[in-house]
Amino acid sequence: MNAHNASGWRPVMGSADHTDTPTASGDRALMLEEPLIFELGGAGKCGVDIEPPEHEPLPALAKFLRAAPLALPGLTEPETVRHYTRLSRQNYAIDLGPFPLGSCTMKHNPRLNEKVARLPGFADIHPLQPQQTVSGALEVIDQLSHWLITLTGMAGVAMTPKAGAHGELCGLLCIRAALEARGDPREVVLVPESAHGTNPATAAFAGYRVENIPATAAGRVDLAELQARLGPDVAAVMITNPNTCGLFEGELKIISDAVHAAGGFVYCDGANFNAIVGKVRPGDLGIDAMHINLHKTFSTPHGGGGPGSGPVVLSKALLPFGPLPFTKLDADGHVELIEEETAGRDYPRSFGRMAAFHGQMGMFTRALAYILSHGADGLKQVAEDAVLNANYVLRSLEDVLDAPFGSSGPCMHEALFSDAGLAEGFSTNDIAKGLIDEGFHPMTVYFPLVVHGAMLIEPTETESKAGLDRFIGSMRNLAARAKAGDEGLKSAPHFAPRRRLDETLAARKPVLVWPAAV
Amino acid sequence: MTHTWRGFDLMRYLPLTNDDRATMMGVIGAATVDDLFADVPAAARLSGPIAGLPLHASEMAVERHMSALAAKNVSAGSVPFFLGAGAYRHHIPASVDHLIQRGEFLTAYTPYQPEIAQGTLQVLFEFQTQVARLFGTEIANASMYDGSTACWEAVAMAWRITKRKRAVLCRGVHPHYVSTITTMAKFTGDAIDYRPPKLEAAPDTAGVIAAIDAETSCVVVQYPDILGRIADLVAIAAAAHGHGALLIAVVTEPVALGLLEAPGALGADIVVGEGQSLGVGLNFGGPYLGLFGCAEKFVRQMPGRLCGQSVDAAGKRGFVLTLSTREQHIRREKATSNICTNSGLCALAFSVHMTLLGGEGLTKLARVNHARARSTAERLAKVPGVRVLNDAFFNEFTIVLPRDAREVVRQLADARVLGGVSLGRLYPQVQELAGGLLVTATETTTAEDIEAFALALEGVLA
Repeated sequence: MNAHNASGWRPVMGSADHTDTPTASGDRALMLEEPLIFELGGAGKCGVDIEPPEHEPLPALAKFLRAAPLALPGLTEPETVRHYTRLSRQNYAIDLGPFPLGSCTMKHNPRLNEKVARLPGFADIHPLQPQQTVSGALEVIDQLSHWLITLTGMAGVAMTPKAGAHGELCGLLCIRAALEARGDPREVVLVPESAHGTNPATAAFAGYRVENIPATAAGRVDLAELQARLGPDVAAVMITNPNTCGLFEGELKIISDAVHAAGGFVYCDGANFNAIVGKVRPGDLGIDAMHINLHKTFSTPHGGGGPGSGPVVLSKALLPFGPLPFTKLDADGHVELIEEETAGRDYPRSFGRMAAFHGQMGMFTRALAYILSHGADGLKQVAEDAVLNANYVLRSLEDVLDAPFGSSGPCMHEALFSDAGLAEGFSTNDIAKGLIDEGFHPMTVYFPLVVHGAMLIEPTETESKAGLDRFIGSMRNLAARAKAGDEGLKSAPHFAPRRRLDETLAARKPVLVWPAAV
Repeated sequence: MTHTWRGFDLMRYLPLTNDDRATMMGVIGAATVDDLFADVPAAARLSGPIAGLPLHASEMAVERHMSALAAKNVSAGSVPFFLGAGAYRHHIPASVDHLIQRGEFLTAYTPYQPEIAQGTLQVLFEFQTQVARLFGTEIANASMYDGSTACWEAVAMAWRITKRKRAVLCRGVHPHYVSTITTMAKFTGDAIDYRPPKLEAAPDTAGVIAAIDAETSCVVVQYPDILGRIADLVAIAAAAHGHGALLIAVVTEPVALGLLEAPGALGADIVVGEGQSLGVGLNFGGPYLGLFGCAEKFVRQMPGRLCGQSVDAAGKRGFVLTLSTREQHIRREKATSNICTNSGLCALAFSVHMTLLGGEGLTKLARVNHARARSTAERLAKVPGVRVLNDAFFNEFTIVLPRDAREVVRQLADARVLGGVSLGRLYPQVQELAGGLLVTATETTTAEDIEAFALALEGVLA
């Protein structure tokens, strides 16, 4: 299994072959340090040639003008390209290797999608152009909507939410609007202990009190406890499916029926939809709303932390309350944009607008290209391969790492381990930092909270078997070192651009801009 | 592995071979792939691809399909173009898009493992500094979804700081931003004091000041405002602070701050904005990036990610995400916001473009924008029936037409001129604004564009 690095070569840490000899520059071959732009001496430089203005400022503008020049450094194009290229090399990325962050779904980002998103007909159109000049853009939104509705088996979709958490908010606002419309405002939203932190934060932001639902020993929502808690004060239950332990909530349909019988709604966190896309329609499980992270399931790039996109599919009961704007397909195949001007006619109960303009169009074009490339058959294969890869990792590591739910059957798209069995003083964090030295991005650590020292590994469908075998080999090696008490692991990473960073210092004395106040 | 209804040799994005699948199933001890989905109730399990949806397609076929859709749109660069209202067309240097497409930036995640994410983290630290200096605030965060949601988050932040729940929005705030705030306020119970703008040459400063009282959490002022006018922030700040309220300034066109004084220097406590103008294309409205700056004393009430400086175990300077005890993944229902993302790649584009410009370059760019708007206003003022509303403006101003501007805009589009944003589209319920047309010019506007617009407008109004 550990077929890579067959020669057994290890980086030498001693000085016998001068590997620790300092260099005058501070750089070490391809390991390049880079100062801040503010330290590069760019005063007066510019990387853009700008024509002189044909007018002076209006006299009426005089009292509004800057008193002092704007103190920001500029760089010429070669210096700019070099600065950011050097910085880029200090990042790990899915383009470099496996990035198995559980729940985050780091899969390959097809470059076709980048190409089509940059077509001037999509990238260079203004959101407030007359509809007659953007019919192709409205068709993109409509076609993507159709796929999302059909893949989930729901009644409609709100396309404007900007990210997953924004989508959660959209779903809860629909629920709140629906409850208020029937004169039945409720106060409580139930959330499983294993939920993403956004779920309780969103429920609180939408004005609800949050209560936790416990899990069973098998890592699922405790149905009996949930049913006992349902009542006239419960507005909604938020459930992630597959859940954050990487397990399918097989009783979701029963839960949905019980929640509906008690007058509430079911919000499904769709962060893990990639595990079941094309295999299961969440609408068949009775849910009322679910956001879809286009940047997870449909592979729009994560970009170092965004932008995301979080359309929300809605049930018939919630659809009338969804946010403006939306698109509507006429009988003659023409797609109309419904916004403030026309909403009163077609959509009087909408709860309003969640953001300016029409949502993350640049993500819609990418996601649609991804979906069309895969098709209904390919998307099903995506889910199957993602689940196959995760189970392969689970079964290849469960003899060396504790898999708390390993005996309860197969996992879905991610494999969950705990820190049980590591030597005294060794933690999940040590395994994670050791993985960095092994040339991998670490898995999600310490989440979900219901498992001690959680390690959540999501390989996704775009890893090859050879790539997985390399990763498994490294994980087995690290597990052995952590069990044997190898002290070197506690100071890992040794080979990254930085050693462990002092996060406590950063929070105690925040330095958020340059230069630090002295 | 026995598949399927169609061979997968065409699936260019799936590296597993059928032999791999079979070997792996053996390791797992599963006979069929459906054994792995055993937890899904049989009634909910689909047996084949969902009916009515197409099957997989080649790269060439998908590109053809998407190109055909794109070709149905009139791109801004292909015609004389004068739209703004919160989204602006600027020239983006070629190196910006090249750099943001480097896979190390494009395909990285949120920098949760700082030792191998210093590229993203240093960019965010530089970005925060650039935004803070541009806005004249002490600090800034690592970006929000967009300007409208950043504006709502600022209102929510003011409520946390002041413990008051009445926000006064100036008439000149972008109506989509107002709408976003109003939507959220319905659910949080904030009272929103807002009235639509009037077709007047200058903003109603006295009216805003009169609306501030002892219950007011914040005053939100757009700068320049939706009609292109410029408010007296100093006077409004004094009135807000006199009542213990915060001043929130909203900047939808950051290029303006190359020329105009920074809101933070004029007394704004929180400055938010839309950063799309720098580095990010129009993209039909998204993705964009929200800018968010404020005084350092408010940092623990701030929403969104923050990047901070630290040192590593060897004493080298490095950067980390910090103060995450405000955030949802730690604080859950007690978080300052539910936000779990920034607009990282757009923030990178903004930062690269800002680095190429520098402070002096941004000021030069701002002067050209203003000059082009002046040229446009002067030419349009000569069109019979057209009146320029504003006394002062940056690169955007309002003209008043003798008839409903919505219809004029559609007729201009038929003549292949994208001639501004009608106020009727933004305020369909306000009849007195129907003749208003918001016109924007930038460095991309040529003398020929201006002449073509003026002639087309003459034709439509004739």
